[in-house]
Amino acid sequence: MDLLEYQGKQLFARHGVPVPDGAPASSVEEAVQRARELGFPCVVKAQVQIGGRGKAGGIKVANSVEEAEEHARAILGMDIRGHTVHEVWIERASDIAAEYYASIVFDRSAKAPLLMLSTRGGMDIEAVAEEDPAAIARLHVDPLLGFQDFHARRLCFAAGVDADVVRPVGALLARLYDAFVAEEAMLVEVNPLIVTGERDVVALDAKVTLDGNALFRHPDNAKLRDPAGDDPQERMAKERGLTYVKLDGDVGILGNGAGLVMSTLDVVAQAGGRPANFLDAGGGSKAEAIVDAVEVILSDAKVKAVLFNIFGGITRCDEVARGLIEAFAQVKPTVPFVVRLNGTNEEEGRALLAEADLPNVTVEATMDGAAERVVELAA
Amino acid sequence: MSVLVDRDTRLVVTGLTGREGTFHGLNNRRYGTEVVAGVTPGKAGQDVEGIPIFDTVHDAVEQAGANTAMVFVPPRFAADSILEAADAGVQTIVAITEGIPAHDMLRVYTHLRRGTTRLIGPNCPGVLSPGKANVGIIPASFFSEGNVGIVSRSGTLTYQIGYEIAQRGFGNSSIVGIGGDPIVGSDFIDVISLFQADDETELIVMCGEIGGDAEERTADFVADNVTKPVVGYIAGFTAPPGKTMGHAGAIVSGSKGTAAAKAQALEAKGVRVGRTPTEVAAIAVEILGGVRT
Repeated sequence: MDLLEYQGKQLFARHGVPVPDGAPASSVEEAVQRARELGFPCVVKAQVQIGGRGKAGGIKVANSVEEAEEHARAILGMDIRGHTVHEVWIERASDIAAEYYASIVFDRSAKAPLLMLSTRGGMDIEAVAEEDPAAIARLHVDPLLGFQDFHARRLCFAAGVDADVVRPVGALLARLYDAFVAEEAMLVEVNPLIVTGERDVVALDAKVTLDGNALFRHPDNAKLRDPAGDDPQERMAKERGLTYVKLDGDVGILGNGAGLVMSTLDVVAQAGGRPANFLDAGGGSKAEAIVDAVEVILSDAKVKAVLFNIFGGITRCDEVARGLIEAFAQVKPTVPFVVRLNGTNEEEGRALLAEADLPNVTVEATMDGAAERVVELAA
Repeated sequence: MSVLVDRDTRLVVTGLTGREGTFHGLNNRRYGTEVVAGVTPGKAGQDVEGIPIFDTVHDAVEQAGANTAMVFVPPRFAADSILEAADAGVQTIVAITEGIPAHDMLRVYTHLRRGTTRLIGPNCPGVLSPGKANVGIIPASFFSEGNVGIVSRSGTLTYQIGYEIAQRGFGNSSIVGIGGDPIVGSDFIDVISLFQADDETELIVMCGEIGGDAEERTADFVADNVTKPVVGYIAGFTAPPGKTMGHAGAIVSGSKGTAAAKAQALEAKGVRVGRTPTEVAAIAVEILGGVRT
């Protein structure tokens, strides 16, 4: 689960990571009030879960009440690469002497937390990583040992942090690690981590991804979910316990198991089609889940044909067939369906479909054959 | 032979008394797996269709001789259950549970790597050695004994590829689902090493998917250490670029984790990669000398 910048900063603050004073606002009036309280100059920052906010005009400095109002009015409701801005964060402007970069991420290869520190923070850290990998100091921490002072020193000296701020940068990294562990984050990233004119070290941005599987231990974090950030169809699917990702094409896809669904998208694309979605009905899909899935897929008006690709393990093909028959009774789809069923109870499933004789449903024996057929039907 | 589970497997199931645990534990026993015990704290002395229940894994090891554990408890208890099984001296642990917190797995993984216990999963379909033992939820009826070893990050996709190979007359030494979580106990390299050392396995199929760099690292390992033919498959060529994990995700591995990058890395090291499950099966069969009837 990705947090908004200000939610990340509030989380940092709870663990003693220094962040600038600030407050969230969801209306122009509220934004102006917050700006007055904080004083000028202050910064009005769009709160959306996407990078490139600055370039898109979503971050503006205000030197007066009038400017704060003007910026808040422009930014609230703005669309930044498909994300509507519902909230802004008003923050006291910082005096920036240097911009560093710090992050802690789950390193899947090393299976350990990886800390990274660079003195070349700011906009484009990915370019730095590509052009000059040595400019980013990296170090793994043994999760059973935890973060030690020597880790901080090694990172600071390797990154070439200014000598006078080695201690505060090290202290900030230790607190960042505390936050990473205590909040069960998958990622904490600070870009930029600034050194101010007074030589204070402050996290000027916060990118935090929490582990959705650990939210049961963090009820306060679980409330931070921002359903407004989801696509309406994706939200509908989530409410029904389905994994759905909307794509641009016109071939609706349903399968069971993420790997098989991804593979189905690939096979449809190779047959010359364009998938409209990824939908994983999950293991052990029952008839009701199939009805829900058909509703979600058909809620996308672009869909011209639908492919059901099921390999039954725990999922039983007869349940899927029953679900499809039920879905036809309830939803009355007008687009053609192609169904391929293999695995547990496949014969029962095919027999049910044959008996129901649904209009516009073709049963295919193989995955490749089914993909070719659905692409023809969508053309 | 086969890998990880076989006729010597003596299985203890943690969470055997739960609905899913009972269903799959009994299913595994029907297949011929020696299911010797279940563990549910506070239910010692009870049984599930004749399988004795113990309070602790230690009791199951001492009193029933368990040497392999299948973890079927809910996510919030699963890490503890894995650690308990390892502490009790179980050598192979198969964790089916989906949704275990990643930081729990980080600690479990780091601890287990210091000992000799092998963990498969979590969030995996388990291990099937056809004709010998089934530990997990792989639908065994589609597979027969043979010489193709399969290792995969995904469940149903594994069945699909195994099924296509089976339809061409080939069976499997073992089918191993390693799971798709950020931290899994064993990766492609661990399992491919086992297949390389296994007499029965003549060809290895690995099914990867987008994300991470496990496939890229495996490519290097195969080139240097594996003499048996390896056929690859990567799912997700048309998957949309997901929500990125900040910039740090891309910086870590130096790889974008795309299907194309993975397929390229494997092919550069001489691993043939099928573009569809059907093509994977066709390549495997070609290497093995044609369809068997």
